[in-house]
Amino acid sequence: MSLSTLLVLADGRLPAGAHAHSGGVEAAVAAGRVHDLATLASFLRGRTATAGLLSATFAAATCAAWCELGGAAPGAGRRARGPDPGESPDAKPNADNGGPHPSSAPDARVSALDEGVDVRTASPALRVASRAQGRALLRAVTRIWPGTATPAVAAPHHPVAVGIAAAAAGLGAREAALVAVYGGLTGAASAAVRLLGLDPFGVHALVADLAPECDRIAVVAAARADDPVDDLPAGSAILLDVDAEQHATWEVRLFAS
Amino acid sequence: MRAEARVVAEADGRGGTRLTTVHGEPPLLPRRTGHRAGAAEVHLVGGAAGPLGGDTLSLHLEVGPGAHLVVRTVAASLAQPSNPPAPSVLTVTATVHGRLVYLPEPTVAVDGCDHHTMSIVDLGDGAELLWREELVTGRHGEPPGDLCTTTTIRGAARTILRHDLAIGPRTPTWNSPAVLHDARAAGTLVIVGPQAPARTVLMSPTAALMPLGNHPNAAMISATAPDAPSLRKALDGAIGYHTGT
Repeated sequence: MSLSTLLVLADGRLPAGAHAHSGGVEAAVAAGRVHDLATLASFLRGRTATAGLLSATFAAATCAAWCELGGAAPGAGRRARGPDPGESPDAKPNADNGGPHPSSAPDARVSALDEGVDVRTASPALRVASRAQGRALLRAVTRIWPGTATPAVAAPHHPVAVGIAAAAAGLGAREAALVAVYGGLTGAASAAVRLLGLDPFGVHALVADLAPECDRIAVVAAARADDPVDDLPAGSAILLDVDAEQHATWEVRLFAS
Repeated sequence: MRAEARVVAEADGRGGTRLTTVHGEPPLLPRRTGHRAGAAEVHLVGGAAGPLGGDTLSLHLEVGPGAHLVVRTVAASLAQPSNPPAPSVLTVTATVHGRLVYLPEPTVAVDGCDHHTMSIVDLGDGAELLWREELVTGRHGEPPGDLCTTTTIRGAARTILRHDLAIGPRTPTWNSPAVLHDARAAGTLVIVGPQAPARTVLMSPTAALMPLGNHPNAAMISATAPDAPSLRKALDGAIGYHTGT
């Protein structure tokens, strides 16, 4: 596993549209529940324990399934391999990117995981936002790592796309989980700086405080990567869902979600 | 305490519902309380306080094709600790081919409790469901004990909803501004059937009725509220508005 590759995927400057989303902070600020460093800290902890864990788990499980395609086989490095066309007559070029499009057990597992995110996301606005981010990430990844095997679902949920990206980059389930949970955390934190004008050093101190929690969640997520989809964590953040629906009705907003 | 209760409802062939099994053990005692408009109603009468630490309780519900079963409880459940401390578990399983309306009173997480309510609902083709879950974060002025709910609702071919909620000292983030914030009560009502709305309805600043993603006729209202009565008002508003129940 390349540490530098992990940094490439976890970098907020990866052109995958993450900056357009606030992870629910914009709505929580408008509701008056997040207004300073202390309330932001509590928001970030609650979000990480619910949406963060969920996202980490589904990224890890997707990565583990996708690695079976050879995406992260030793030596595969930066280039994912699709299934051998000789063995899989169903494999055909994907219209989106010309890459291999597997039709296989890993693909069925990834479709089930994608549904698993659907049934854990009560808010329609959050489902739309997650799929928009998933599509954008997949687009970026297939350009950055040509030959990335793409799933049957064209606009997967964001955690699923993170898992595919990690597999394509030669990373493992734990790193996929880390990218997912850490990305959600930093996205929300930097949105708070922009929305509330908070001290950026103070906000990043909160992020640094939560780093060990991200590590812990990544280990938990990777350990459960092969569990049945219904058994995976489904911890809900009720106010994130309700706020997202309020937010979706605004005519003017800084962030898409 | 270990107890099982079982209620089986079948269509009586005349447009009504017949209860073929109503079986229980203290503290899970189901009582027939009425028949109206084709539905059979059962109340669970608490035969003891609880659930208490150490309790293992199971409730099984079966609703046959064309049958309509309404299940309620007579009072709130108070999840309480035991000495020495032990976890309590309530497992509710339901197999529905007709219509099930499950509207229990809230579960109160008494300080020190360690309770888990696990619900698994399997819906056949065309089955309809109203499923309410409410929790209260401790009695007046006390912090909540550990209470978690894990809910799985499956359709004929695929899962429709997975939803877990946890409060208490083991989940210190429960009162985060992202989760329940300063609410003392939280709950959900799941609606499966033709009356489930296809678009979001904003019920209040902390309650929304949202169509679910994996079933054409399923929706859920999620709500937080300052207390149990206002939570009930938010969830009942959804029932009245969309089902006329």
